[in-house]
Amino acid sequence: MLEAQGKTRGVVKLTAIVVGMFAFGFMLVPLYDIVCEVTGFNGKTAGAYELSGKETVDESRLVTVQFLTNRNANMPWSFRPAIRSVKVIPGELNEANFFVRNETESTMVGKAIPSVTPFKAADFLHKTECFCFESQKLEKGEELNMPLRFIVDREIPKDVDRLTLSYTLYDITSSTQLAVR
Amino acid sequence: MNAVVEEHHDDHHDHGPAKGITRWLYTTNHKDIGTLYLWFSFAMFFVGGICALGIRAELFQPGLQIVQPELFNQLTTMHGLIMVFGAVMPAFVGLANWLVPMMIGAPDMALPRMNNYSFWILPFAFGMLISTFFMEGGAPNYGWTFYAPLSTEYAPPSVTFFIFAVHLMGISSIMGSINVIVTILNMRAPGMTLMQMPLFVWTWLITAYLLIAVMPVLAGVVTMMLMDIHFGTAFFSAAGGGDPVLFQHVFWFFGHPEVYIMILPAFGVVSAIIPTFARKKLFGYDSMVYATASIAFLSFIVWAHHMFTVGIPLAGELYFMYATMVIAVPTGVKVFNWVATMWQGSMTFETPMLFAIAFVILFTIGGFSGLMLSIVPADFQYHDTYFVVAHFHYVLVPGSIFSIMAAVYYWLPKWTGNMYDETLGKTHFWLSFIGVNVTFFPQHFIGLAGMPRRIPDYALQFADWNMISSCGAFLFGFSQLLFLFIILKCIRGGQKATERVWDGAKGLEWTIPSPAPYHTFSTPPKDMAEAHG
Ligand code: HEM
Ligand SMILES: [Cu+2]
Repeated sequence: MLEAQGKTRGVVKLTAIVVGMFAFGFMLVPLYDIVCEVTGFNGKTAGAYELSGKETVDESRLVTVQFLTNRNANMPWSFRPAIRSVKVIPGELNEANFFVRNETESTMVGKAIPSVTPFKAADFLHKTECFCFESQKLEKGEELNMPLRFIVDREIPKDVDRLTLSYTLYDITSSTQLAVR
Repeated sequence: MNAVVEEHHDDHHDHGPAKGITRWLYTTNHKDIGTLYLWFSFAMFFVGGICALGIRAELFQPGLQIVQPELFNQLTTMHGLIMVFGAVMPAFVGLANWLVPMMIGAPDMALPRMNNYSFWILPFAFGMLISTFFMEGGAPNYGWTFYAPLSTEYAPPSVTFFIFAVHLMGISSIMGSINVIVTILNMRAPGMTLMQMPLFVWTWLITAYLLIAVMPVLAGVVTMMLMDIHFGTAFFSAAGGGDPVLFQHVFWFFGHPEVYIMILPAFGVVSAIIPTFARKKLFGYDSMVYATASIAFLSFIVWAHHMFTVGIPLAGELYFMYATMVIAVPTGVKVFNWVATMWQGSMTFETPMLFAIAFVILFTIGGFSGLMLSIVPADFQYHDTYFVVAHFHYVLVPGSIFSIMAAVYYWLPKWTGNMYDETLGKTHFWLSFIGVNVTFFPQHFIGLAGMPRRIPDYALQFADWNMISSCGAFLFGFSQLLFLFIILKCIRGGQKATERVWDGAKGLEWTIPSPAPYHTFSTPPKDMAEAHG
């Protein structure tokens, strides 16, 4: 009898570990996002930045910001930056424009995902306004000029004098309302 | 739960096995289930082997001759999946079923009914997996590591069956592991302390804990894939705010412990065989136990050494590099102990011992190439080349698989009551030994020279070594038919085995008659001096 109890208790405990580890697998998802956001690993940038009005500029240096646009495998839109690169003063608000055109014969929805290299600069690029905060729905042949407003934080490490902000444009039509028309 | 326990008590009447096919379908006997696992694993070994020979036939020469790239990718994927989940893991579970109760003086596994389920799930899982070859779009073609989004957005429709098969395998392994742990912790003969258990039992106890810790994570990651594919979530799709690199983190959090799941029981087997044929006690039993436990612990904190090139910050690269190197320390302790056990022993070289010695040497070569891969700047060069292929085949084929073969030769007389044919056994060993080295050693060279893995065609400068490697593969593959023949011959007859079988053998399983009766240790053994060598 004692042995039977021991077994039952063993099975219950081990099953609890199994359930716990299954849950842990899913917890890795938010955990990963938090780690990336806190540390800027992976070049992930944060959401919209609120201007506090107390930003000061550091006129002693210039940082080059390069813009890259990519289209994911099957994305048929054209997508390019108005300028390829700009020298900015840390702390100052800047504007850059991006251009998209739906080259297909149907209405589609696209979404751009940003990424910054070097990774350690990701936390110092603040976007106050970005087309990447929402998705874009374009009729056939429709085109759009999309603004980006950003500040390079004056605290950005001294050895970073050049950073790249890259956008990858994805076709997300199938996961939006349009798909169920 | 009670129902299971009670049934088990009813089982104690002294009867032999039922007759016919129902014996195997309904059996709750640990020896029957062990046999089923071992035969299943052997069958999968041949299926996976056929995939491998398809790959090596195509790579015999540059250019595309035999299989087209689409099928080639399916072959590499299915080869990996079938060998890992269908051949190596079930073989060790089969050995655990046969041996753990006999080694700890228990009448059976703790949960015999569940034991039956864990086995019978497997044929369904693999039937489903293999059937994907005949589906529209073909079998899985994204590698055994099934990185998303290759395995989600770009996968053939059969991916859903793959996911379901992985779920089933996971459930089977988890049930099997719970059974092993509960058996070991509750059913040892009175008086047998944990530190008196044979090392095979120890390594399996630790492996079982690894399994219940990481198989659920594997189940989780394929569930996320399923949701991405069918329910519009975006765990791994960047477009929806997910992250493909996340897949790799979750996968390798399972994947690295998984490679140790495939090697720890092998350590246990070798630790049983070497003392027998060196006729000495195992050197450093306690340190073996602690080394196994530390390897298991460390295996959870090194996973990103598979992802050095995805873009990890420098601090992360350094941490994962040093943590990985640290694993070589307990591994080195083990190798040292095996060598020290042989040192000045009165060694004889029967087939199990030959396989065990080859294990020690060739596994160590695999460990060294692993160390080379753990050096971050070097890995940038080696990653995804044939060097990695050479590394993990050295630890898995002459590592895990040689240990399984050694175990089969070592315990076969106990299982069947007959000695196997020693001359044929030695022939099988030498053919396998030569075959393995001819196949995999040249892959170090072509890997260092830059040949990528998982490609059906390659540049001319890799041609010579590839041809040699393919010859070795066919030699190794066909030698296994000899292995099958030796086993069948041994089952059908041969010189009768004694109780002890090997004169230096220590352990409770050698105190019962050969072949082991259908029910053993219905009354627990008394003499614990026998427990481990
Ligand atoms: C001293 C011990 C070991 C070290 C330092 C080590 C290190 C490594 C490293 C750094 C890689 C990644 C290489 C790359 O993809 O660029 C790797 C791959 C691999 N290792 Fe090991 N390893 C060790 C032992 C083992 C053992 C014992 C096994 C299994 C029995 C194993 C199985 C594998 C497998 C299967 C892969 C390749 C996975 C894949 O990408 O398909 N390793 N190892
Ligand atoms: Cu690893």
